[in-house]
Amino acid sequence: MEKDLSIEIRDIGKRYRIGVAERSDTLRDVITNGTAKLGHALSGKRSPHLTSQYVWALRHVSFEVKKGTALGIIGRNGAGKSTLLKILSRVTDPTEGQGELRGRVGSLLEVGTGFHAELSGRENIYLNGAILGMTKKEIDSRFDQIVDFSEIGQYIDTPVKRYSSGMYLRLAFAVAAHLEPEILVVDEVLAVGDADFQRKCLGKMSDVAGEGRTVLFVSHNMSAIQRLTQECLVLDKGQVLMRGPSEQAVDFYLNRGLSKLGERFWEADEVPLNTKPFQPLGIRVLDKEGTVSDSVRSVDPITIEIEYRLEEAVTGLRVGYYLYTTRGEPVFTSFDTDSEESFGQYPVRQAGTWRSRCVIPAHTLNEGRFVLGINASSYGIRRYFQDDQALSFSVDASGGAGTHWPEPRPGSVRPVLDWQIEKTE
Amino acid sequence: MLTENTASNNQVVTLKPNKGWMGIDLQEIWRYRELIYFLTWRDIKVRYKQAVLGVSWAVLQPVITALVTTFVFSTTLNVETPIPYPLFMMAAYLPWHLFSNSMTRSSTSLVANANLLTKVYFPRIIIPVASILAALVDFLITLVILLGIMVFYKVPLTLNIFWIIPFTLLAMLAALTVGLWFGALNVQYRDVQQMVPFVASIWQFLTPVLYPINITDPINNLIFNLNPMVGVVNGFRWALTGGKAPDWTMAISVGVVLLLFVGGLTFFHKMEKTFADVV
Repeated sequence: MEKDLSIEIRDIGKRYRIGVAERSDTLRDVITNGTAKLGHALSGKRSPHLTSQYVWALRHVSFEVKKGTALGIIGRNGAGKSTLLKILSRVTDPTEGQGELRGRVGSLLEVGTGFHAELSGRENIYLNGAILGMTKKEIDSRFDQIVDFSEIGQYIDTPVKRYSSGMYLRLAFAVAAHLEPEILVVDEVLAVGDADFQRKCLGKMSDVAGEGRTVLFVSHNMSAIQRLTQECLVLDKGQVLMRGPSEQAVDFYLNRGLSKLGERFWEADEVPLNTKPFQPLGIRVLDKEGTVSDSVRSVDPITIEIEYRLEEAVTGLRVGYYLYTTRGEPVFTSFDTDSEESFGQYPVRQAGTWRSRCVIPAHTLNEGRFVLGINASSYGIRRYFQDDQALSFSVDASGGAGTHWPEPRPGSVRPVLDWQIEKTE
Repeated sequence: MLTENTASNNQVVTLKPNKGWMGIDLQEIWRYRELIYFLTWRDIKVRYKQAVLGVSWAVLQPVITALVTTFVFSTTLNVETPIPYPLFMMAAYLPWHLFSNSMTRSSTSLVANANLLTKVYFPRIIIPVASILAALVDFLITLVILLGIMVFYKVPLTLNIFWIIPFTLLAMLAALTVGLWFGALNVQYRDVQQMVPFVASIWQFLTPVLYPINITDPINNLIFNLNPMVGVVNGFRWALTGGKAPDWTMAISVGVVLLLFVGGLTFFHKMEKTFADVV
């Protein structure tokens, strides 16, 4: 391994076993499965359900990271990002291949790992610090900084079960932020807390990267990825699709596959098993004429269609989308039962195939590229399915408000507003 | 900060498929000694945190058991013991309590700490070890009461008392052995944690904790001593209150524990690579 490399991964793969019948969580299952197998063996029949099935969550992944680099890892849900981070942080072993990490590895697969509700903030700082790999001496010397960063102040000796969720997260992140390993592996921890605190965390993270440590960072937040990392790996179906400067990689990721001409279908292996009874089928963007299109005009109404299947009747279902800019800033959120009227009309949706269609009025969006995230949930009951990067599309603003001045206009919306001009004197 | 970097810069972690059978990295466990300390400390702290009586429970539990069993065995059943029954019973019950507590806790410890297993790396064996150390702290507290009872009955202290140290270690090792086997199995099969209480109570019947036993037949004696807790319990009684000293059968107890311990380590090591995937 070369001197200036901090991480070197060669041909790593991870295989998981799936197959519902094979999952043996209790001894009874082992015994009944065993008996069933014996029965099939005796009768000479083979049951398809009882053969083990394997799935490769990662395969043939190789890459190197130089010391002091911040590398982003992006990819859709199920692309293998989390598995890769788990292997790098040694939580699980690879099935094949090998790698070397030079230096102490700190992993933040979640903040607050090992926090105990009964213990005070002070006690949890020590416990969590030790779990993350800090020595007592290190924690002692950083204790005051951690408390300052967390803004917990006087509550430091209160059991954390009395904390608000914001305080809890702040404290948890504060401990993690003061972990100072040579290699820091971070999973989506910035998706927590309020905007102010998120900004503070991002600042802390870029400090870490600036200090010459190696950072591996997984996130769905493309703007955070672009701010924090110089380079990115794009993962898809357990393989590295590309590696390049973050800006290029983010573009590649947002434009590839995501946007097969304004339409996206979900293949069975892209949908997690636990979305039942909701099964996403497709999402598409339609222009004024009703044709599927990747590029629509701001001066025309834009139609978003979501198709899905329900395997059984679902109560209180709402299907909708988040609209983001490619930098990850939310523009707005809309659900199909947002109006009182449609909410009252669909208390229960029967099993079958459904389509929810939404029209974004003309003169709403500014020019640029937008990302649609889909969400299907029953409020207060369950979230069935969410995909934050379901589809992306471009908006062309020509002819819209103020386009007679050929200058870029900041902002993600471009409404036509009613102005009155009066001479008052 | 600088020293910390230079100290750890040379550390190279290798990721590779875990194929080995044996292999316990004592050096690594030593590096993680502070985590053992903090996990033990957490277990103790959390257990008594919201209890009004706090740590007194560690004392009350065995004392109440002592009172009840004294009443049942000595007063009601008239079991004859060479020394006063409370002393006879407590000298054996305390190490037994340590063992059964440690065994129960360590068997369920991995599942109870599933959130750690799936999020952070550290040598997995730390978890059952820490749970046993937490039980040891309770034991040390109760030991003080036992000494009080001995003073009450005017039992002279001899140098033999130091023998309780190796016997305590043997009890802990036996508990860890069970914990390694059951703990690793419990990750995959939750049935184990349902079974553990039964195993503990059956085991207690097979160990002369509450009643004296006198086996003269050598073959039966040998079989009886395959249970390592027989050696521990008799050893404790002898070290504290005198009587018949442990003989060569002690070697059987030690041998059985060592054998199963090595097996347990191997089994644990084989299973631990999938803990994060199946727990």
